[in-house]
Formats: sequence, structure tokens, C-alpha cells
Amino acid sequence: MASEIPRLSGIKWSVIGDHAILVVGSLFMLLPVYMALMTSTHESLFIHANGAQFLPGKVAVENYHQVLFVPGGFNKTITSMTMFTNSMIMGLGFAVGKILVSMLAAYAIVYFRFPFATLSFWVIFTTLLVPLEVRILPSYEIVQSLGLLNSYTGLIVPLIASATGTFFFRQFFKSVPEELLEAARIDGAGPWKFFKDILVPISRTMIAALFIIMFVYGWNQYLWPTLITTEEGYYTLVRGIKQITSVWVGANVPEYGDAMALTIVAMLPPVLVVVVAQSWFVKGLVESDK
Amino acid sequence: MAGVTFQAVKKVYPNGTTAVHAASFVIHDGEFTVLVGPSGCGKSTLLRMIAGLEPVSEGEIFIGDRVVNDIDPAQRDIAMVFQNYALYPHMSVYNNMAYGLKNKGLARSEIDSAVRKAATLLDIDGYLERKPGQLSGGQRQRVAMGRAIVRNPALFLFDEPLSNLDAKLRNQMRIEIRKLQRELGVTSVYVTHDQIEAMTMADKIVVLNAGRIEQIGSPHDIYHQPASVFVAGFMGAPPMNFLTAHANGQGKILLEGAGELPITRSLTKGQQIKLGIRPEQVSASQEENQGLAFDLEFIEELGAARLLHGLLGTEKFVVHQHHDHPKPTSDRLFLRCPEQALHFFDLHSGQKL
Repeated sequence: MASEIPRLSGIKWSVIGDHAILVVGSLFMLLPVYMALMTSTHESLFIHANGAQFLPGKVAVENYHQVLFVPGGFNKTITSMTMFTNSMIMGLGFAVGKILVSMLAAYAIVYFRFPFATLSFWVIFTTLLVPLEVRILPSYEIVQSLGLLNSYTGLIVPLIASATGTFFFRQFFKSVPEELLEAARIDGAGPWKFFKDILVPISRTMIAALFIIMFVYGWNQYLWPTLITTEEGYYTLVRGIKQITSVWVGANVPEYGDAMALTIVAMLPPVLVVVVAQSWFVKGLVESDK
Repeated sequence: MAGVTFQAVKKVYPNGTTAVHAASFVIHDGEFTVLVGPSGCGKSTLLRMIAGLEPVSEGEIFIGDRVVNDIDPAQRDIAMVFQNYALYPHMSVYNNMAYGLKNKGLARSEIDSAVRKAATLLDIDGYLERKPGQLSGGQRQRVAMGRAIVRNPALFLFDEPLSNLDAKLRNQMRIEIRKLQRELGVTSVYVTHDQIEAMTMADKIVVLNAGRIEQIGSPHDIYHQPASVFVAGFMGAPPMNFLTAHANGQGKILLEGAGELPITRSLTKGQQIKLGIRPEQVSASQEENQGLAFDLEFIEELGAARLLHGLLGTEKFVVHQHHDHPKPTSDRLFLRCPEQALHFFDLHSGQKL
């Protein structure tokens, strides 16, 4: 008996309070995803009349079959497989390209003495303050005059320079002990060997982290692909969603269910990347010591 | 194998500070030379110039009979052990040791036998597949040594390699490094700020102060015949005692407020000197009038000996007393300083007289 009393009074209200905050936070994050998933299983007319849904509907299989396997678009030629491939090319191109370019830029800035090195770093850094939207017209103009509209090159290359990436790699390289470079020099490693054999391997946690960020960023690009690509063969998943919902003309009701289904499909690859790359990332953090 | 020759080697940094003032000296083949001095004295700069990590501003450095001023570090036939070991964190111990040889383009089998031989020599053959992060400080130190040894260089360079180890391990590694160097017979240059390391390891000590060489000599010479107040004060723990005094020209020197000492060497009357006395070369007794009056302030017990801290006249003075002497019971003691224990320095220049 006596032992039960402390257990009863052992309910810590502060713990309950903490968990309540966490639960509310999680719901806030998860509820939209849950609602998208549930809504994607209803018919579009029903959704149009009743709004987003909390409970599963009856046409899940039909909706997902429609978005995954039935060609859509204006010409009825593009499938979600095409869009998926395009999004993948975009995401991977962004992630790999940005990491490559910013790593080389940071390597030059940190390890080589050249005139105006600091200045060029700050110039790169200030471009952080200028988002894509601000410079979108000149960027479009350049891509257009180079004849790169409706090409993967036009989609990826103009956005590949990354101030964020350069900044992170610069900070990381600066924290690499000078002695490591000196040891490598005595071991006969030139600039390229040092980069390839030492710097890249010890940056792998950094690379994994930036890969996650850049892949998701590239995958979710909307404005840039909308401008650069007009051929449906270059549509990405994110554009495809928009395309489904923007047919509301006259008596047409947008295929809300399909749009939601495509949204769920479009979310999966970034989630996968985060889950997989994060485990490398954490592993790298645990193992690494410079 | 090779010696190292410095010819008026000077180092001026771009911001105008002179780190090394025209240093000229020779390190002979097979010799273990220690560069010692307080931080900022230029010892590391000298070492880094030998390694080629720091360009030489003026003068020439020879390794063997080759001027190396403009030769790449990798081509100098040297190996260096760094203070923080500078092991490649992502490579196994084996690859850390093999990396330099791979870059030289050696055959895989040659590399393998060199690495395994060095690992056996250093007793790290059990850890070859581990990463540096999984090793203790002492083991990392050995790996760093191993990386140097496999290169089979003409010259070993050590940049304060023991300063990250705890005291016990430091003593052990000190002996091991020295033993290893004797076995391999490779010329070595070792930088440290620790005078005990310098005394115990060196064949030849180069004492540096503010970018200038104060003295070059064997540990015995440096300790017993210091060339300046700086060397006398830097080498030895506890450091040498210094007293201001002047000669009376009649076979005596007068200490300021602490009495007088008879000397046989002739000094001009009125000449101002700084008198240096090693703490272990004086004897203290409680018998009245047996030398200079010494006011004992406190005693540090070391076990094998004790240090008596106090005042001689108005100046601080330390006496190192062996433990089989009776522990003093009174605060007033009398010190006897034999003449061979006295070191005479010029009061102003600090140079030995």
C-alpha cells in the first residue's frame, strides 16, 4: 500500500506539459500530410463539395492508378514516370552539381593564395542575400539567349552555384588542422591528391548534409522549371501537380484526388533521401574526429 | 643519412617580424639535435624551414650537400612528426603509414613490407586496421613515428611531439624515441620548449631566444657553462639563482645587502656583475657564520630532495637540498657557495664573463 502512494503522486505535470507540446508540434507537422493522404483516396467531386478529408475514401486504387500509369497533360503523353525521372535528374543534378562547385570554390578560397581571394569570397557570400526570384529575369534572358530553354542543362546549370554550400565548405575547411595539409605535403601529395585523398573523405559528413538539403531544394523547384520548360516532356512532378489543379475552367472540376495522390508520390523520394542520407550523416558524426 | 647546414638563414614574415636572425650552425650526420627555447623564439620556424613548409627569407639550408631552399618538402628526403600527430583521420593506421610511399610510386609489396617492419618495431602491429580515432594518445604518437620511419628518410624532424601526452607517457616516449633514433642512426632535429626533454635527449642543444641562437653545445656544456643569463635561467629546474653584485678589486665580490664572497679570479674594481648559482651547488647549515645569511621562507618537499625557498639579503634564492641532510629547524640558515659554483655574467649584456 505504502509503495503505491508515491507512485500516484509521482505524476510529473511538467513531463505531461512537455509531452503535450511535443505532441501538438508533431500533429502540426504531420496533419497536413495525413490529410493529403486521406484526401487522395476520394473522388474529386466529393472533395470539391466537402473539402479536405480526415477519413479514407473508396477510390484510392483508381486515383493512384490514374496518376502513376495513365498518361496525362495536354497531349496525353506524359506519365508520372517521365515526371519522376525529370524530378530525379533535377534533384540529383542540383545536389551533385552544387556540392562539386561549392567544394571546389571553397577549396580555392581556403587553400590557395590568389589576389582578391577574400573579396571573391564575400562577393559569393553576398549572393546569399539575392534570392532566385530577384534575378529571375536576367537569368531567364541568359538561358534563353544561350538556347538552353527546354533542356536539362538549362534547368540545372544556371542554379548550380551555391553561396550556402561554398560558405559551409569554407568554414569546414578552415577547421581542418593546418598540420594535416603539411603532413600531406611531406607525404608527397600535391593539391589534387590532397583534395581527393584527404579533404573529400574527411568532408563526407558535410557532403551528406548538403546533399540532403540540395536534393530537396532541387526536387521542390517550381518557379525555375515553369519558366525554362514549356515542353511537357521536361515537366517535373511538382509542376505536374500544379498542372492537374489548374484546369478549373468553366464546368471542369480539377482532379483534386489525383493531385493529392501525386503530391504523396512526389514526397516519397525526398523522404527516402533524408532517411538514408541521415543515417550516413549521423554515422559520420559519431566516427569522425579530425 | 645526411647532416644539415644553416648558412646565415633568416626568416622575415610578410608582416615584417623577424622570426629568425641570421642563424648559422651545423647538425652532423646521425646527431640528435634539440632546438629549445620559450614560445616565439623561432625554434619551430627553423624546423619548418628545414621541412620546406616555410620559405627561407635569406641564406641557405643544406641537407647533406644539397641546397634545399627551393625544393619541395616531399623531395627533401625528410619525415616529420607533428605536435598533434596530424594522422589522416579517415585512413586506417596501415594506410596512414603507407600513404607517403604510395605517392612515391612504390610497389605494393615493397610498401607492405616497409609498413609491417615499422609496425613491428613500434609495437603497433595489432592496430594496423584501426582508425586513428580508436587509438590512445600514446598509440597515435607511435603511428606518427611509424609514418616517419617507413619513409626511411635522411632526416627526422620532430615538432614538440610529446607535448600532448601525460607526464608518465612523456617520460616513456622520450626514452623510446631516443632509443629508436640510436638504433636507426638517422639525423634528427627535435623542437621542444621543455628543457628536461632537451637535456635528456640531445647530443647537441641549440638554445634560442627571440630569434637568435644563444648557445650551441652538449647538454653538459649548456648546463655547466651557460653562455648567458638567458641560457643559465632557462636550462635547469629549479632555475639558477641570480644575485646582483660588484667586485671590490681585492679578491672579493660584494653582494647587495647579503654579504661578500671571496674569489680568486680577477675582476676590475667596481665592475657590476650578475652572479649565477645553481640551487644544488650550495650547502645550507644552521651553524652561525658559516657563510651567507639566508632567511628561509618555506620548504618544498620533493621526496628525494627538498627545495628551500627564501631570501638572500633582499633577493629570492632557492637551495636544493638532498634528503639525507637534516631538515632545517630554524628560519635563519647559512649558505656556503664554493667558487666553482659561481657563474659570472655581465650585468647589462647578460653575457658570460
